[in-house]
Amino acid sequence: MRTVTSIRHIEAVVIGASTGAIAALSQLLPPLPQDFPLAILVAVHVPADQPHSIASLLQAKCRVRVKEAEDKEPAHSGTVYFAPPDYHLLVEDDRRLSLSNEEPVNYSRPSIDVLLESAADVYRDSLLAVILTGANHDGAQGARAVGRAGGTVLVQHPHSATARMMPDAALAACPTAEPMSLADLTDLFLSRGRGLLCRP
Amino acid sequence: MTQEAAARTGDIELRLFLEAMYSQYHYDFRGYSRASLKRRLALACQRLGCSTLSALQERLLHDDRILPQLLDYMTVQVSDMFRDPAYFRALRQHIIPHLKTYPSLKVWVAGCSSGEELYSLAILFREEGLEEKTMFYATDVNGNALARAEAGVYALERVALFTKNHRLSGGSGSLSDYYHAAYGAARFDQTLRRRTVFSDHSLASDSVFGEMHLISCRNVLIYFDRPLQDTAVGLFRDALVRKGFLGMGARETLRFNAHAKAFTEILPQERIYQKRGETEDPCAR
Repeated sequence: MRTVTSIRHIEAVVIGASTGAIAALSQLLPPLPQDFPLAILVAVHVPADQPHSIASLLQAKCRVRVKEAEDKEPAHSGTVYFAPPDYHLLVEDDRRLSLSNEEPVNYSRPSIDVLLESAADVYRDSLLAVILTGANHDGAQGARAVGRAGGTVLVQHPHSATARMMPDAALAACPTAEPMSLADLTDLFLSRGRGLLCRP
Repeated sequence: MTQEAAARTGDIELRLFLEAMYSQYHYDFRGYSRASLKRRLALACQRLGCSTLSALQERLLHDDRILPQLLDYMTVQVSDMFRDPAYFRALRQHIIPHLKTYPSLKVWVAGCSSGEELYSLAILFREEGLEEKTMFYATDVNGNALARAEAGVYALERVALFTKNHRLSGGSGSLSDYYHAAYGAARFDQTLRRRTVFSDHSLASDSVFGEMHLISCRNVLIYFDRPLQDTAVGLFRDALVRKGFLGMGARETLRFNAHAKAFTEILPQERIYQKRGETEDPCAR
């Protein structure tokens, strides 16, 4: 089994979450330093007509920059980009972000599968994908694509997730995926993670 | 074959497929955003029973009946009437007063798809008393979509959302004044498109329409790569009158565009831009 210490040359992080996403991200993202060395791309399922965007909610708690992605924006390190409600988020070969209005996938727009599959296609083995809590199967096909491209897939421990269906589905779909607690994920991103996640 | 090699082959196939489509049919998708196009072509392969893009290319080259179907996969036709009501409210409150000062108006709905945006604007212009002096130009590369736009018939279950959006956009009347429902469909008032020219037009390869006062092109440029976005916005700049308006999608921006300096961000929140005058003469229109 792949271990955390084998993570090398990570160029970007993608995160997918649904039910319980705000609580999980509120634990994962705030400890990150302002100069976190990677771009983080996030797709979460939230109702499109929420008055306050999840990005502005989290920006208030975080030191890294948190924003909704704009079309053809370059993905910069130290920044968390959320897929805007009602748009899929994708990555282009030149590491710019693209939005799309095409049909919902897994009844979801944004869809975690769409983000992960397109990021896997571009970043290949230098991608770290994280699947968090959720009550559906979105993200499982994406996790499989990341694994097949040689990327690393980490999954929130199903028993510690608010909703375990999404982590379970990702672990089942991606043989190389590794379950991990939120605390360990945070730890990986921080102290131990700093050295490992930095590009050599 | 390794994953790496398969991915490389996929890129080659995509490039060749787009070349084939352009060489044979003059549909130019070569400047479309690759990430989304790859997904849609993968779906087309799956639904049309082709195991690879090369197999689909063979069919495309030897059977032109497949072309309309393929265009439906390659262009994204998702829109709602009065989508992003704040955009239409901003047009009503801030842009219409400018437009009212012109003796006649031209409005271009670029990438009109199945027409939701066009009918929204036609209704808005009727409500604001501008319809009679306005010509609308509705263009798209997809002929099927244009035909649907001309028909103006939408599934009845979508109308609840259209109605809600219309109300939130500040619509003065009731949306039901503009359609009649029959057999599970809403047919929009045909007089709404009396002043509309529908036309097959590609932002990638066709030239400019002249003297526009407002161009609404929302959630179209997101499917283009940056060079093609530059081309399209250059086309809009040339098509607009001085101080003409350009409306874009809620998450689109000119910030990364080569022609950003030709426009001012007049309503940043609603993504409405105004073409600068040659000189910034405050008396000029």
